Amino acid sequence: MIRDALEIAKKDLLIEARSRVLLNQLLPFVAVVLILFGFAVGTQNRTLVDISPGVFWVIAFLSALLAIQRSFSIEAENQAKDGLLAYGLEPGGIFLGKVVSIFFECIVVEVFLGLGVVFIYGMRLNSVALLIVSAGFATLGVASVGTLFGALAAATKVRETLLPLLVLPSTAPVLLAATKAWEDGITSRVGIGDPWLGLLVVFGLIYLAIGLVSFGSVLED
Amino acid sequence: MKSSKFWVGVLAVSALFGVAVTYWLGLFVTPPDVIQGQLVRLLYIHPSVAWVAYLAYGVTSVGSILYLWKRTRSLKWDRLAAASAEVGVVFTALTLITGSIWGRPTWHVWWTWDARLTTTALLFLLYLGYLALRKVPAPRDKIAVRSAVAGLVAFIDVPIVHQSVVWWKTLHQSATVFNASLSPKVHGEMAWTMLVSFISFTLVYLWMTIKRYQIETNIDEFDNLEVEAAIAERLREVDGLVNSKASSGTREGGPKDGGSIS
Repeated sequence: MIRDALEIAKKDLLIEARSRVLLNQLLPFVAVVLILFGFAVGTQNRTLVDISPGVFWVIAFLSALLAIQRSFSIEAENQAKDGLLAYGLEPGGIFLGKVVSIFFECIVVEVFLGLGVVFIYGMRLNSVALLIVSAGFATLGVASVGTLFGALAAATKVRETLLPLLVLPSTAPVLLAATKAWEDGITSRVGIGDPWLGLLVVFGLIYLAIGLVSFGSVLED
Repeated sequence: MKSSKFWVGVLAVSALFGVAVTYWLGLFVTPPDVIQGQLVRLLYIHPSVAWVAYLAYGVTSVGSILYLWKRTRSLKWDRLAAASAEVGVVFTALTLITGSIWGRPTWHVWWTWDARLTTTALLFLLYLGYLALRKVPAPRDKIAVRSAVAGLVAFIDVPIVHQSVVWWKTLHQSATVFNASLSPKVHGEMAWTMLVSFISFTLVYLWMTIKRYQIETNIDEFDNLEVEAAIAERLREVDGLVNSKASSGTREGGPKDGGSIS
């Protein structure tokens, strides 16, 4: 299963590296939304700094949605999904591979976004370890649910509208916990023992487990 | 068939009777609360409908698991999951509405970004997404697989909603009935009224789910009949075409045959 996962992740990341959709479309999208939030909230007061953890995660989640949609639109072309199954790859391996590739794409976006909120919004990073670890588990949660629902929505004709309707409410607790963990990380109230981080770990692992178990059924679709 | 109809009827009458008793106890027998006054009467409904929403989603997730598990895979589990989710959405909406009506005089707002309110609204949206997914046209078995996966993921939010008032210290009070020590903080007539309310709304849920399940079964049967009728019609068309070709072939071949005879 791990070998299958690495193959899928390698394939997806290679496609991404060659097509440069992330670099040419996703990162500019993130920059535009960051600036739009600045316009909407106003830069002359502290509000922007105060809401920056929430803004960070809302933009991160929206970008993750685009990355998920992109990941499954690749498989929709020329019935590539059937090809994966015909190769005899394990469904769990395909799921894990997709999660890994989406995870890495989201991490690239989050690093870029993080630089944006630090330099444009003036957010200060105090507990860096908490910020990094909580970002990792929040991204794992979103990538797991996103992969599961992405595969599910990809088989329908209404995938563009259905995917956000399924993914965003499901991952809203992750958004809440990640925002709270980042608020704590910025104010340096607690370090790596933050309870919100515990919640993110639980979510990340539960979603990953559900995805591994049920992805075979989703691929039947 | 007749006996099941009878028992569903009994369930409906019991549910109606239970709700009527809850109404009578809640409005006329129990006294006003020392702190909340008359507002407390709304609390004989609000926790009960919230409990039914949890129960409904629990049944949906069990139905989803049983459908996904290949040994027990049957469309009846999918119908049960769908029926229960629909009733759950209705009861979640009722929970939000009754909570909002209670919140206006208590907190002076119809809506506040309280943890439990927000997570309950999310639960509502999650299962609306589940129902939207069910409406996406696809073969029946594919709808069932998709919905089962979505139902399973959505159920993760239910414990979060219940624990939200513990994790986030916000406006909504902590659990008074289903608390960690399982000792309800309500006593006397108020406790009895709440108990009757919980039982009555559970009966209402059961009745609604059974009826919705029956409708789902009828829809599936109707769809199957429609497919069979469409196949039969196509077969008739094909038969008609074959017959007409055969007869025209006979007519075309007529002179030849005639010629050969002559």
